[in-house]
Amino acid sequence: MWEYSDIVMDHFRNPRNVGKIENPDGTGTVGSLACGDALTLMFKLDENQRICDVKFQTFGCASAIASSSALTEMLAGKTVDEAEKLTNKDIAAFLGGLPDQKMHCSVMGREALEVAIHNYRTGESGIKHLDDHIICTCFGVSENEIRRIVTENSITNIEDVTNFCKAGGGCGMCQSDIQKIIDSVSSTRSLTPPSPAEQPRKALTNIQKIKLIEEVVEREIRPSLQKDGGDIELIDVVGNRVLIGFRGMCAGCQSSAFTKHDFIEAKLREFVSPEIIVVEEGE
Amino acid sequence: MNTIYLDNNATTCIAPEVREAMMPYFNERYGNPSSMHLFGGQIAKDIREAREKVAAFINADPSEIIFTSCGTESDNMAIHGCAEVLGNQARLITSRVEHPAVLGPCRHLRDKGHPLFEIPVDNLGQLDMDTYSAALKGDGKKLVSIMWANNETGVVFPIEKIAAMAKAAGAIIHTDAVQIAGKATIDVRKVPVDMLAISGHKIHAPKGIGCLYVRRGTRLRTFMIGGHQENGRRGGTENVAFIVALGVAVECAAAHQASEAQHLARLRDKLEQGLLATCPDARVNGDPLHRLPNTSNISFEFIEGEAILYHISDLGICASTGSACAAGSLEPSHVIRAMGVPFTAVHGSIRFSLSRYTTEAEIDYVLEKFPPVIKRLRDLSPFSKDSAPPIEL
Ligand SMILES: Cc1ncc(COP(=O)(O)O)c(C=O)c1O
Repeated sequence: MWEYSDIVMDHFRNPRNVGKIENPDGTGTVGSLACGDALTLMFKLDENQRICDVKFQTFGCASAIASSSALTEMLAGKTVDEAEKLTNKDIAAFLGGLPDQKMHCSVMGREALEVAIHNYRTGESGIKHLDDHIICTCFGVSENEIRRIVTENSITNIEDVTNFCKAGGGCGMCQSDIQKIIDSVSSTRSLTPPSPAEQPRKALTNIQKIKLIEEVVEREIRPSLQKDGGDIELIDVVGNRVLIGFRGMCAGCQSSAFTKHDFIEAKLREFVSPEIIVVEEGE
Repeated sequence: MNTIYLDNNATTCIAPEVREAMMPYFNERYGNPSSMHLFGGQIAKDIREAREKVAAFINADPSEIIFTSCGTESDNMAIHGCAEVLGNQARLITSRVEHPAVLGPCRHLRDKGHPLFEIPVDNLGQLDMDTYSAALKGDGKKLVSIMWANNETGVVFPIEKIAAMAKAAGAIIHTDAVQIAGKATIDVRKVPVDMLAISGHKIHAPKGIGCLYVRRGTRLRTFMIGGHQENGRRGGTENVAFIVALGVAVECAAAHQASEAQHLARLRDKLEQGLLATCPDARVNGDPLHRLPNTSNISFEFIEGEAILYHISDLGICASTGSACAAGSLEPSHVIRAMGVPFTAVHGSIRFSLSRYTTEAEIDYVLEKFPPVIKRLRDLSPFSKDSAPPIEL
């Protein structure tokens, strides 16, 4: 059994504000039967533009029901602008915390709210639209969603991404894409000047960096690829992005994506900089 | 509040006879069965008797029984021990609906280079015999590990036929009999399996004891290397109290079995029919004609299993679910999915599993208390019929 807080159990046993509103000002639906949870959130504003009525319907586990119920209590009396500032962390905190693997329930609440606000402002569909690039096709999670969850919750590993939004928890095919998003968010994160203690490696000039990359490719990478009849060409270096091309047996090889990520990128990160991202030409 | 325990495929209570038989070994009978004095020697005799009881339970010879620490160990011992003897070219054949105690070692061996075939099941959860037959074709060494009865749905596979086909194809066959034990007769002289696993805690013995039947002549590499115990096939000083317990448990199971199967099937059917009659949009998962007498797996559409379990737990009722949320994973039960159960029903699957101690009054209580829980959760769900779902399914 999960260790749910008393607040979670209370909201699960006695959910507040269940139901629907006739002519709501905003309505948002996220999730699906296939995913295993779904939430419809509706709100109505009073003459002072504050939320005076809010209702939900949830299909999901105990913590999904509790997260939805908690959200409705948190929204009552807020303006839309105030409501918009709520994060999934606020919902989890209101509930006295959620088990790690259940954080996605709080994210679902936050997403339904976002869709409902969008619906209120634009009149556009109150059903989550997946117009941006879908990364996790098992659970329909987009790149922007993953990016936001990683940023807001300071996530550094795939497992946490899965706990928060399920992405990567199905077939697992998208895990390397999720890793890329984590890497790119953490590289922008580290743009804020790190304290000297966190930065033992001396900053390299661009010329130094390119030279070092060349050295590492010659010493650490090329010999292994050549052993298997392949080769690598270093095409360009832009910031931390290293553009490469596969040659010989590596070109078009099924496992070149694996080679690129788990071998070449790993080596360059080890010897040059942990922020290196390797990109294949034409990618 | 009373506990209505309908989760006996997960584990069972310890039978009073079994508990009593174990007690001396926690007190005065603490000798080591390998010792050269009467104090220890008498313990060796107790183990021998337990081994004879277990052997009689499945119509085997006592020398063919190896005591282990659990069902999982028995499955691992069979699969790893045999795969090692056959060599890393040996083909492994299993089903998609096995317990992790079998799927885990098979997939581990696949990752180490063994070819692995996972045979699918149909909508009723029955093995696809054509695919199985095709997987057995061809030369080379083969190891089959296919369960006798499924823990989630109770579906019983035609193991006699499965084993005969394996033998005809020159394969070694192991079966996980953890769930069938005590619920139907096991006779290894009729069913030509080479190995068979049993776990104590599913048949009213304690958790942490199991056994593996290994047909005489079957080669198995020793897994737990140490002393000469279990004829050198599993080292380690014997867990005497639990071995004695397993002996008593199988004796009770055999004594009760015929009448028990009737009692279980009657109560199970009453529960199942009653719930289907009072809860709309519910369906049974499994093969009604080939099923353990104690198991009922029902999907309640449009709601989620963990939420059901928490509500009924408040009423003292214990069951389990194939829902993803409850397992801490994101994917619902691999067994229910392998059966092609529609998404509307996957997450709301509930398994009730009865035991010889289940009473009619308990079933009546569940029939009274359970349907309102379903209604309550459906009233909350955006997918329920009358709430006109805003989402296309
Ligand atoms: C079919 C099946 N096989 C193996 C096991 C594992 O048995 P144990 O819990 O004794 O390791 C179980 C029970 O969990 C089971 O249901």
